[in-house]
Amino acid sequence: MAMTETVTTSRTLGAPGLGSGKGRVWRSLRTNPLGLTGGILLAVVVLAAVLAPIIAPYDPTEVHFDTPFQQPGTVGFLLGTDDLGRDIFSRMLFGIQASLQVGVLSVLLAVLIGTPLGLLAGYWKGFDAVISRLTDVTLAFPFLIIAVGLAAISGPSLGNAAVALGIAQIPTMIRVVRGETLRIKESDFVLGAKTMDASGLRIMAQHILPNATSAIIVQATVIMPVAVIGEALLSFLGLGIQPPTPSLGIMLSDAQQYIFRSPTAAIFPGIGIAVICLAFNLFGDALRDALDPTNTSRK
Amino acid sequence: MTRYLLTRLWQSAVTLILASIVVFIGVRQLPGDPALAMAGEEASPEQLAAIRADLGLDQPLLTQYFTFVGNISRGDFGESTRTGTPVVDLIATTLPVTLWLSAYAIVVAVVVGILFGVIAERYRGRWPEWFANGFALVGLSVPNFWLGILAILYLAVTLGWFPASGYVDMVSEPLRGIYYLTLPAVILGTGLAAVIMRQTRASMIETMNTDYVRTARAKGLGRSRVLVRYGLRNSLIVVVTIVGLQLGGLISGAVVTERIFALPGFGKLTLDAVFTRDYPVIQAVVLIITLSYIVINLAVDILYSVVNPKIRVGGSN
Repeated sequence: MAMTETVTTSRTLGAPGLGSGKGRVWRSLRTNPLGLTGGILLAVVVLAAVLAPIIAPYDPTEVHFDTPFQQPGTVGFLLGTDDLGRDIFSRMLFGIQASLQVGVLSVLLAVLIGTPLGLLAGYWKGFDAVISRLTDVTLAFPFLIIAVGLAAISGPSLGNAAVALGIAQIPTMIRVVRGETLRIKESDFVLGAKTMDASGLRIMAQHILPNATSAIIVQATVIMPVAVIGEALLSFLGLGIQPPTPSLGIMLSDAQQYIFRSPTAAIFPGIGIAVICLAFNLFGDALRDALDPTNTSRK
Repeated sequence: MTRYLLTRLWQSAVTLILASIVVFIGVRQLPGDPALAMAGEEASPEQLAAIRADLGLDQPLLTQYFTFVGNISRGDFGESTRTGTPVVDLIATTLPVTLWLSAYAIVVAVVVGILFGVIAERYRGRWPEWFANGFALVGLSVPNFWLGILAILYLAVTLGWFPASGYVDMVSEPLRGIYYLTLPAVILGTGLAAVIMRQTRASMIETMNTDYVRTARAKGLGRSRVLVRYGLRNSLIVVVTIVGLQLGGLISGAVVTERIFALPGFGKLTLDAVFTRDYPVIQAVVLIITLSYIVINLAVDILYSVVNPKIRVGGSN
């Protein structure tokens, strides 16, 4: 489900000068079993997506009318085939690729628009009220409604799904960056820069943004699974990626039609989505703990 | 307090106006000329002009906007281009289904979420905590429409415990209605329950580390009683906010849940409208969801300030 969760500990993230360092972050990530699991899952998922054209035994849209509904483990078809005899394993690989594409695109959109707006809102009071109203308006449109609107205007597509999911995530990104800015704005080094007559833009770019980076990265790992599930949901409903291009959501919606004949066809795409999301959730949680310098004891 | 309410009302009004402008502009971006669609391909330019004048499309944009707002405030959303039925009637028949489903899902999510949150805090470091944490992680990672498909396959068809699809009117047959909606509501509520569980737990940990809890414990109050008396009460505020914030996700979830369980609700109306390019219906659906989101969040904020007097306008962000 497309549930969002804001980073509640973002206020404590990335406080400068508290012994943060790449070495410490790495150590924390390596020694956290859940984080390590997440990292490994993440590596597998990314490799599967990147190497899909090489690993996949078949073209994901290639039909084999003589061998529909093959069960998993059949020679030649690792995870079986669907109603048109298409290889489920190959379709899964390309589906994961599509999921990550949409995820990365929507994260980029949220970061590229949310970060500057969050900086401005946090730094200049005058912008705060305007940006807050814009955020409220955006929040009033759930991503599905944005997707419905975009699909009505220019037809459903991968790009529209990514835009809808990205726009829906901008408010939380603004909120995170704004919170960080409010906090960092009060630190001594920003005051120091101010006394040296540094301009507001310069302070934001040189002093605040670098210190807010870890919070932005953590929020990105929160957005990814939401966007991946969102893509699957939109494609499932016919508002996202269009057949015959494989997507985990389309595979699920196809499989629902012949679920009693071949339930496994509905099970694998779901596991695929769950694994991607689990990877990002686990890795994101561990990253949040690792980047939080005030937190050295949490397991 | 009055000042807070006024500020909040003013903010919501601005949001409402901006949102209505977004929808107004969005509707004008839709492909296809409505006048051409009504008159047909062979219409003469004079006929088209007459229809445009009739629809008010020749008016200045600002006038069109005020006509648009005026119509909506009178509850006039036009007629479905597909069936010719007034859009208001379509909404009146489908909206209750979705409202019942969502309300039921919220109840499930709040009960399960708080219960697991309390369990996780009460049995810290032991298996119930791991179980509750695992539930939250799965709830956040597993797409609920997949859970829905699996639930139909195993709980409804193989075991036959629940109906696989269909809707029974909640008012005339409440018991059967609840029975039919149970599976969809549980599926829809899972993700929300996971979020509530995590936040409940975080808020409880915070409360349990405060000085007044330490005092209460030192005076001999048992851990469970402290949890319920202080931890739970504080986390309720968090839960109210989350439900408000997650409404958008809940609406999206309801659309897909209705699709899987074949419920004749608002989600079905929305999807049918998109695929048949029924623009008046799309416009109405988008407007109603947006309006209700703004109004509900206003209500949540007001409720919030009543429950917790510490929060004033500055805390609304």
